[in-house]
Amino acid sequence: MSDVTLALRQVRFTNKEFWRNPGSAFFTFAFPLMFLVIFTALLGSGTVEVAPGVFVKQSTYYVAAMSAFAVITAAYTNIAIGVVFQRDAGILKRTKGTPLPGWAYLGGRVLHVLIIAVLLVLITSAFGVVFYGADVPTGTLLLKFAAVVVVGSMSFAALGLATTAIVPNADAAPPIVNAIILPLLFLSGIFIPFGVETPEWIKTVARIFPVKHFADAMRAGFYGPPRFEFLWRDVLVVAIWGLAGIILAAKFFTWEPRR
Amino acid sequence: MAEPVIQVRDLRKSYQDVEAVRGLDLTVESGEVFALLGPNGAGKTTTVEILEGYRQRTGGEAWVLGKDPANLDRATKARIGIVLQSSGVDPFLTVRETIDMYRGYYPHPRPVDEVVDVVGLSEKRDSRVNKLSGGQQRRLDVAIALAGDPELLFLDEPTTGFDPSARRHAWQVVRNLIALGKTVFLTTHYMDEAQELAKRVAVIANGVIVAEGPPATIGGRDTAQTVIRFRVDDREGLPSLGHVPLGDGTLELRTEHPTKVLHELTAWALDRGSDLEGLEVRRPTLEDVYLQLTGGEAGAE
Repeated sequence: MSDVTLALRQVRFTNKEFWRNPGSAFFTFAFPLMFLVIFTALLGSGTVEVAPGVFVKQSTYYVAAMSAFAVITAAYTNIAIGVVFQRDAGILKRTKGTPLPGWAYLGGRVLHVLIIAVLLVLITSAFGVVFYGADVPTGTLLLKFAAVVVVGSMSFAALGLATTAIVPNADAAPPIVNAIILPLLFLSGIFIPFGVETPEWIKTVARIFPVKHFADAMRAGFYGPPRFEFLWRDVLVVAIWGLAGIILAAKFFTWEPRR
Repeated sequence: MAEPVIQVRDLRKSYQDVEAVRGLDLTVESGEVFALLGPNGAGKTTTVEILEGYRQRTGGEAWVLGKDPANLDRATKARIGIVLQSSGVDPFLTVRETIDMYRGYYPHPRPVDEVVDVVGLSEKRDSRVNKLSGGQQRRLDVAIALAGDPELLFLDEPTTGFDPSARRHAWQVVRNLIALGKTVFLTTHYMDEAQELAKRVAVIANGVIVAEGPPATIGGRDTAQTVIRFRVDDREGLPSLGHVPLGDGTLELRTEHPTKVLHELTAWALDRGSDLEGLEVRRPTLEDVYLQLTGGEAGAE
């Protein structure tokens, strides 16, 4: 078997494992939809000003935001916590003792994330269309949108792998990972839209980290120009973060439990 | 003669200022079961993990299947099966799926059903891994290590924490491996395990090998003095064999010639028509030798 075949084969086992784990499967899929329903219910059917003088339906805003949230959870949070659990349990150490190349094993996990991310975006969009009449990407915009989902899920997965390097053990994984991602989600307008009163420092934070860039690129797909411009620059920033994640992971990732 | 499967010369490993392994020499021949026996903290796992490629040695030389274990290529890794002291498996796959997953990493794997049979998990093949008992999970560890049909198997404390019946099961599994012609490198802190399974034993204490040989002769066990104990009411005419009285009226003597001594003793007793009460003839057990070699730290869990 070639190494690529091995990685693809690993996707199959990772997928089986994922769907049989009630925790991972349920929360990954239920959370974004639950938040979508709650936010839309809380904030009514009004509009959000997404750019000066440009308004989109509240529901469209949240369908885009929750799709981004879903991808980030599936890629970053799941990978960072899940891989630390596997490391702590000695599963990674066992794998390292086999002839399977490490990248094929982790590559299998990252590819699996891509599948889950696509599913999540499809489900969130379908839910938005059926219940809220939200707008979804079509035509060439759909292709750009697909590129955003691919680059985004891979980059956040890579960042998840890099994050495992600073997590000492499985018990510490959920608090550390959430302490990183939750503030960033809030500071990037995922849950609460930025408005005219959003302070400059929050906007600066959002400009540095990849979450808002990713969310903006997703939004561009859902709102569509001319309401919201699709910028390759946003995709590039996410990709650069992803690359940094790969480099850091390659340097600091460990296969053995840290005790 | 074939090249040894494992060869180690003056192996050393230091962690900061602690020297865990201090100049080890070992040779393991093809097809033999070799046991590294020693108390906890003696350097067993450090040694085996250097040979498996998990740790880098700080001194000495080592060859595993003719290669430097510090830098094993894929083809060599495919010829080695590893059972770590503790290592998990993904909990939601079945036994069959788990073995199948690991098989796929090897160029010439064994069939799943065959592997499952060797370790005695046939009835559990469709159970999820998280439904297995501790002993069954350990047997699954062996099954996974066996899936790639390796020539050499490392078993690091395969039965630690087992109840006696689970240990007997596990021993049977190791005997099955022997029957398959595998070379087995076993670490254990159980004397009976080494004696039961290994053709050759090396006793390790404080990072050095203190004795090496077949379990029957290790540490001079075959030539060591035999202890004979008995009680008699009347010692009149008892041949002078160097016996000493113990507190409770029992006499004890130690000899390198038990046949001759026993003959004299029993002849004396028969002549008098009396009995040697509580007669006991004891060769030093592997445990005695081990306790003496390791400074009495043995048997501790």
